[in-house]
Amino acid sequence: MTEMFRDKVDVALTVNGEPVEARVPAGQHMIDFLRLDLGLTGAHASCEHGVCGACTIRVDGVSVRGCLMLAAQADGAEVWTVEGLTDTAAITDLQDAFVARNALQCGFCTPGMLVAAEELLSAGGTPSRAEIREHLSGNYCRCTGYEAIVDAVESVAKARAGKGDA
Amino acid sequence: MKASAAGYARAENLRHAIEMLVASEGEGRVLAGGQSLVAAMNMRLSAGDLLVDISRLNELSGVSQEGDTVRIGALTRHAQVGADPIVRARVPLLAAAVAHIAHAAIRNRGTIGGALAHADPAAEFPACALALGAEIHVEGPEGDRSIPAEDFFEDVFTTALEEDEILTALSVPAAETGEVQLIEEVARRSGDYALAGLCLVRRAKGHRVALFSVGPKPILATGAMTALDAGDVDGAVAALTSEIDPPSDTQASAAYRRHLAGVLLRRAVARLEGDRT
Ligand SMILES: Cc1cc2nc3c(=O)[nH]c(=O)nc-3n(C[C@H](O)[C@H](O)[C@H](O)COP(=O)(O)OP(=O)(O)OC[C@H]3O[C@@H](n4cnc5c(N)ncnc54)[C@H](O)[C@@H]3O)c2cc1C
Ligand code: FES
Ligand code: FES
Repeated sequence: MTEMFRDKVDVALTVNGEPVEARVPAGQHMIDFLRLDLGLTGAHASCEHGVCGACTIRVDGVSVRGCLMLAAQADGAEVWTVEGLTDTAAITDLQDAFVARNALQCGFCTPGMLVAAEELLSAGGTPSRAEIREHLSGNYCRCTGYEAIVDAVESVAKARAGKGDA
Repeated sequence: MKASAAGYARAENLRHAIEMLVASEGEGRVLAGGQSLVAAMNMRLSAGDLLVDISRLNELSGVSQEGDTVRIGALTRHAQVGADPIVRARVPLLAAAVAHIAHAAIRNRGTIGGALAHADPAAEFPACALALGAEIHVEGPEGDRSIPAEDFFEDVFTTALEEDEILTALSVPAAETGEVQLIEEVARRSGDYALAGLCLVRRAKGHRVALFSVGPKPILATGAMTALDAGDVDGAVAALTSEIDPPSDTQASAAYRRHLAGVLLRRAVARLEGDRT
């Protein structure tokens, strides 16, 4: 039995486009792995039970709760955090819109918000304000009151649609 | 708080997963989407498990239709269930339920098998399975068996699954022409678990009504079904409110839940009749 189960698990994945190999504790979630082992402190660990969205990262093309995915499960996965999305300039327009619209104050929720918003925007089309609110409903912000965040996402959706590259 | 797990193993195939559960001598715990289990581990509600990760078993994922039956693999994620063309056309109740489950990022990883096995009394899929008259397929060391949804859900977080069994799929009758399937629920905020919810299916054979978040497990409201078959909506609401015994908790009182159940039934019937869309 004990040979079958490991308390440390070997994983090979890519994080922000870079290959990573690591040996992770069986119960460690992705956010602790990213923050403590890789020094990527953009995604936050807050409620750690799936409620707040501060830990939202992109795994294999979709947004996930980093706190509800074990690092051991990430073998072979393609992981993107706000750091990588910033470096590749994939979300520069969204980040600029957040600044222009005052869509962040303390900034704690922002990395998760950006990943969630980018998922919606990259689905194409021009989402309505109600659709934006719905898609971000799992991301808590304790500062802004959300209105400015919806403004920012909406303005980027319109701008991208206008350029025809949405 | 931080999760604790005594060990982790990635299953290569279904047999391998079952062998590991047997070898774990009761300490094993299936890990699918992790959207309930990892949360429980982080809260230390579940500690010291030997995790059997089945999430890579592609054989357990996907939707297929054979004749009049739609089969949905246990590892099909909520978002996939909601987007699948067969589900949307032939089991619209499940597709509609997805919009009520949690938030996008959770729907991207949570699996339908996990939701059924977890059997949260406030979850949508177990009540849908009951309303649809689904069969739940499981596999264990002695082979496979199928359990009607009506016998599968036993109590809060408790199902007919044996210790070393894995839920492999759900099969449901494909909607016949003219069949209507509806879900109604009340939750405080989008993505929250329902305070009360109701599934209504109308087939040539008659109505089926299942409720969630009004008791320890999803409930088939047979009295209400009979009254609806007779065209008696007031009778159905009266039957419904007497055949449930909802709990009071910090979210809602028993009386409020009972009231909501009647309201949800009236809303669903109004939609059936096309009064509301
Ligand atoms: C913030 C939040 C809000 C949520 N809101 C809702 C909601 O509104 N409605 C709703 O229905 N759900 C909700 N959920 C739960 C979500 O739907 C889960 O995905 C689901 O309950 C469990 O599926 P999973 O695949 O993630 O299972 P896991 O978390 O991996 O497993 C859950 C349990 O089921 C067992 N299990 C899983 N798969 C199998 C299998 N194939 N065979 C045998 N046992 C198995 C595991 O051992 C474990 O005990 C919410 C979750 C969160 C974090
Ligand atoms: S830390 Fe993951 S949802 Fe709150
Ligand atoms: S900016 Fe402070 S939580 Fe959102």
